[in-house]
Amino acid sequence: MPDFVTSYLGSTLTPGEAGNQFWALVYVFVIFAGVSLAVMSMNWLERKALAHFQIRLGPMRTGPHGLLQPIADAIKLLLKEDIIPAGADRFVFWVAPLIGLLAAFTVYTVIPFGPSQAVSDMNIGILFMLGVSSLGVLGVVVAGWASNSNYPLIGALRSSAQMVSYEVAMGLAVVSAILMTSLNETGTGTLSMIGIVRAQQEQGVWFIFKFFPLGLIAFIVFAIAMVAETNRAPFDMAEAESELTAGYHTEYSGLRWSLFMLAEYAAMISVSSIAVTLWLGGWMRPFSRLLRGSAWDLIFSLFPAVTFMGLAAVAFVGVVRMPRRSDFKVQKIGLAVFGWLLGFIALMLLIIAIAGRSNGAAIPSTVNQSIGYIYWFLLKVAVFMYLFIWYRATWPRYRFDQLMRVGWKVLLPISLTVLVATAIVGILLS
Amino acid sequence: MTLSDENAANIVAGTTQDHVSGNDSPKTYLDSNELIINMGPQHPATHGVLRVILKLDGERVLGTECVIGYLHRGVEKIAENRTYAMFNPYVDRMDYVAAVSNGLGYCEAVEKLLNVEAPARAKYIRVILAELNRIASHQLWLGTHALDIGAMTPLFYTFRDREEILKIFEKYCGARLTTHAFRIGGCLYETYAGFEKEVKNFVKFVTPKIDEYEALLTGNRIWMERTKNVGVISGPDCIALGVTGPVLRASGVQWDVRKAQPYAAYSEFEFEIPVGTTGDTYDRYLVRMSEMRQSLRIIEQAVNGLPEGPIMAKVPKVIKPPVGEIYHSIESPKGELGYFIVSDGTTQPYRLRVRPPSFVNLQALDVMVRGLLVADVVAVIGTIDIVLGEVDR
Amino acid sequence: MNSAINATNATMAPVATPYFFYGLATLAIVSAFLVITRRNVVHSALALIVTLLSVAGLYLMLYAPFVAGVQIIVYAGGVMVLFLFVIMLVNIDRSYKEKRFSGLWPIGLAAASALFTLFLFAFIKGRALFPDRMMLLPESSNTQQIAGLLYGDAGKMGQYTFAFEIASLLLLVAILAAVVMTKKRA
Repeated sequence: MPDFVTSYLGSTLTPGEAGNQFWALVYVFVIFAGVSLAVMSMNWLERKALAHFQIRLGPMRTGPHGLLQPIADAIKLLLKEDIIPAGADRFVFWVAPLIGLLAAFTVYTVIPFGPSQAVSDMNIGILFMLGVSSLGVLGVVVAGWASNSNYPLIGALRSSAQMVSYEVAMGLAVVSAILMTSLNETGTGTLSMIGIVRAQQEQGVWFIFKFFPLGLIAFIVFAIAMVAETNRAPFDMAEAESELTAGYHTEYSGLRWSLFMLAEYAAMISVSSIAVTLWLGGWMRPFSRLLRGSAWDLIFSLFPAVTFMGLAAVAFVGVVRMPRRSDFKVQKIGLAVFGWLLGFIALMLLIIAIAGRSNGAAIPSTVNQSIGYIYWFLLKVAVFMYLFIWYRATWPRYRFDQLMRVGWKVLLPISLTVLVATAIVGILLS
Repeated sequence: MTLSDENAANIVAGTTQDHVSGNDSPKTYLDSNELIINMGPQHPATHGVLRVILKLDGERVLGTECVIGYLHRGVEKIAENRTYAMFNPYVDRMDYVAAVSNGLGYCEAVEKLLNVEAPARAKYIRVILAELNRIASHQLWLGTHALDIGAMTPLFYTFRDREEILKIFEKYCGARLTTHAFRIGGCLYETYAGFEKEVKNFVKFVTPKIDEYEALLTGNRIWMERTKNVGVISGPDCIALGVTGPVLRASGVQWDVRKAQPYAAYSEFEFEIPVGTTGDTYDRYLVRMSEMRQSLRIIEQAVNGLPEGPIMAKVPKVIKPPVGEIYHSIESPKGELGYFIVSDGTTQPYRLRVRPPSFVNLQALDVMVRGLLVADVVAVIGTIDIVLGEVDR
Repeated sequence: MNSAINATNATMAPVATPYFFYGLATLAIVSAFLVITRRNVVHSALALIVTLLSVAGLYLMLYAPFVAGVQIIVYAGGVMVLFLFVIMLVNIDRSYKEKRFSGLWPIGLAAASALFTLFLFAFIKGRALFPDRMMLLPESSNTQQIAGLLYGDAGKMGQYTFAFEIASLLLLVAILAAVVMTKKRA
């Protein structure tokens, strides 16, 4: 491996802090590609999971178990006619999806996938995230207006009012988590995303369990607000198809529409990342304090490999269960190749986990650790993504006034109370 | 889709006189509080081709006007040019999700006119099929109603279970939707081998499924918030408007034609009439859910007591009722379905008038949605349970 | 914690500072110009957002990330959304017909040139007038410094605690007034 690669792997600073522009660019590229890939697989997963919730099969024809469906969708969307309504404001109509996308992706610069696995560790990390993600509202508002049509306008008004309102409760819940970071010797907290996870590490507790049940309540408030913030069911007012057809993006088609979808899913992942960072210990593995020692470390470092093995096993079960007919041959081979690929990744991870145990090994143990960090972070985020789908399958949609009532009259007082209570408890204990 | 054109304004002239005939100052959107919005006829939540013109203040509904007739086929006029037997299949096309009930009402009305009574076995078969159809209709209502409110999953569950009913229909008479199952004087088809077993199995199969729907919705807080105290209508209001069926019963009026004026074999079965208290959307939901359970009770009793014997009464080849008129009504899944037939002694009815429950119940929409929000209009249209084929005929 | 932050700031080497400054400043000025020249109010509002964001970028360059973040949250994310809300409901066609720059523009020009002269003066004589405080900043994080000024450090009241609280009280009064005024007489 080139020297600058290996030298960086041992670094404890993010590229942004270290002033390492090459690695910062690599991170930006990896995150952009990774998020796009995650959105695509999330699309597939949502369709499949939702289908199975609803006793359907979901996509089955495009590739084995519809695995190629997101790619087919993407190609379809790219080739679709790009319609701009005659009465629309062309420039604003064009720029609106870009605003949403830009806001959704910029947030990823400060998400810490590990102690040094972020583009940059900003001093004001969480503030930056909240600020930039609040810019996403602009895309929605402007899209609804530029369409020059009533349903998109109403949809835009609704969803922007919703996003702005829930930002308040969300912000207060975040503040109570930030307050918990200040419970150390110096008495000063931090807004940095990495700092917040470090604080949880130092205090030896995830903030969701801190001052039980205060942390839990704040987390729940955030978890509700983040669903509303991303306009997902049961708060998908803007897309209430039975009332407003498709909300603010009714008039959008093809690529532009897909940009909105990309932004929505990217925003879902980013708010989940905030929740994980603030309350669920970010990159920390579970029971890092309770189950200590090298044996436990080894067991937990095997998790990534085991996960991929499980996925590979699922793929192979799929291969076996496929009908023994000649027209399934290609699908069968495809799924088997996919399974082997997953198995290969599992093998690689296993080798790294075993070989990277000690410092003197061929593979530096930092690689092993980094994989662990990223794995646990992504696993926690994935749980949230699954919850998003689950919500959508289970719950009816809130009415707009009820939604606003929940935001202002329920969540806001709760989060304020939790904030004050956290402050009081913090003072009493210190 | 959204218009605030003069046409729409004229149609709601009754409620928006100030808007139409007022001063001719140019429309400025900032000053006008009232917005006229057109919903339908192509709107996902209007269950077909219903067009509702809404007068709104912000999102609050000030008044509504239903524009119907997009599915008008002149069924009543067609009846005047068809023989009694020939008209029978047409009634299936009115409430196409409860075709069996339509046919039942028509056949019984003509039988009454002819002074013929169907044999006991035919009556029992009619009850079984009509009650199965009631369940199917309610399942379809539940799925679409929940979908309107945003719960997408119940739709798939109800359609899965409705499929079993349609399979029984298909085996019985060859058709799934527009069944044309009955003939004047009884039934044309004898039950197929294994009919009773299949119906019993269905009862066993669907009972836990209804619990499953309820598990998803009944205690669901969002569902309760969306439906409780939404679209409230009082019992007297219902009676004044002629509203029947589950909507009437949810408002606390215990009126069910099956009990009040028993037809077919209903007097022989034990069942209860579920009644609501507040008359809101949630009560209507509960009433329909327990109606499904009661229907299962009736089906079980009917299948167990299915008598042997002929299935067709002695009816002349050419049906020529004596001069006279008759009104006969049954309890269709949507409410009281009545047929008023005037015979002039020929083979064709002189006049046939249908009292469609959907049409009458739809009148209650305006009373129910005034003062509610646009999103509630969708919920209320769903809860009235209309079928546009029946509204427009 | 403090030492870590110091280390951070020490390693943070500013990249191509003047170019970023000129880029952001030009963007701010051009978009500010667009704000007042566009006939379409929504375009104006969008241009204003660009202005605010580029100013936020300038704050970042001044090692004031907290102010930059607040600028984005409050102005670009909050105030401008409300602006757009109002603007969207206004009939755009009417604004096309209306005459812009009513007779007050000479006064505006005079005020603007006076302000410009002031800035110029401050720029030329600035170092004498305002002691350079930039060097004081990196001793702890910017956010902590602001907190110290606003809420006080180590038990004693901050320099601006009273003023800050008064300002927040004023805002609260304004909010209440707005609620009372918009409340419908039932």
